[in-house]
Amino acid sequence: MGHPLLRRRLLLSLPLAAATAGGLGFYILLERARQGTYNPQTFSNPLVGHRVPDFRLVGIDGKHGFGSSQLIASKKPILLNFFASWCVPCAGEAPYLDVISKSGVDIWGIAYQDKAKALAFYLAKYGDPYTRLATDPTGRTAINFGVYGVPESFLIAPGGIVRWHIAGPLVPPIINEQLRPELQKIA
Amino acid sequence: MTRTFLWALALFGLMFSLSAGMSIASANNTPTTITRDGVTLTMSQERRAEVIGNQLRCLVCQNETVENSQAGLARQFRGIIRRRVVKGWSNRQVIRYMVHRYGIFILLKPPLIPMTVLLWFSPVIALVVGATVILAGRRRRMKPVPELEPDEQKRLKELLN
Repeated sequence: MGHPLLRRRLLLSLPLAAATAGGLGFYILLERARQGTYNPQTFSNPLVGHRVPDFRLVGIDGKHGFGSSQLIASKKPILLNFFASWCVPCAGEAPYLDVISKSGVDIWGIAYQDKAKALAFYLAKYGDPYTRLATDPTGRTAINFGVYGVPESFLIAPGGIVRWHIAGPLVPPIINEQLRPELQKIA
Repeated sequence: MTRTFLWALALFGLMFSLSAGMSIASANNTPTTITRDGVTLTMSQERRAEVIGNQLRCLVCQNETVENSQAGLARQFRGIIRRRVVKGWSNRQVIRYMVHRYGIFILLKPPLIPMTVLLWFSPVIALVVGATVILAGRRRRMKPVPELEPDEQKRLKELLN
């Protein structure tokens, strides 16, 4: 069974190695949390890989909203963005949404539990990157999507299949490392 | 005459208010329905809704149950649960409805599925590993100590003298 002294040294270094590995793993998690690519409170949405749930929502000021049938009928991939005028991280992701929409991706917005006046003010202040806009005053559609807070975004492929989901703001690391590769997979 | 009439009226009034008071009191002592989170339901339905809500995680304040949380989403979940209980859904059906939308993360007690096998059986694994270590150590200790070599015996004698 080898040299006894060497074996003892190996045995003693084992806990040290385990502690080092644990520390390193923890450091990586903290670093990823800082960059915004890891959120310990998030969980995978069971809708990914499945068709969007049925819904039909109105827009603001009598404008047409949209529903699941329009999402399913779209020939282009759509980034569906749940947001609210009262939500601080939504304002934070607004400039990045603008960049995404300018790069040619259609963003459809659903204003979650919002009021028309506050919503108009928000869009005027932070920009309106939305191709289509609908409102979910009761939040029931959001619950059917498994949304538990705003902002949350879903990448929907033609046919209405959810390909990717993020709970939290769309920040550059997430856009570049997750959203862009998923968009390329659809195209 | 008028005095008798007044007495009778007062007595009647007293009896009326007493009986009214008693009926209100008895209604308060044994309520049959309750309104919670915008849904009116019977007491047994409410108890069932509480049992369901206590098994579900509030996704906003993640270590609280849907029943205990003050978050708006939890209040909405309580309404959804109650409306479905009133409709006659079973506890299982309501829980499945929530898991369908939010995944097993919404369950405070993780179910036994392939993904959670390691989690559920880790106590057994730890017990087996621990028992193996203890048994191996005991077996090694029981091994007889080898005899000393002749030169070692000589050195021992030298030391003892």
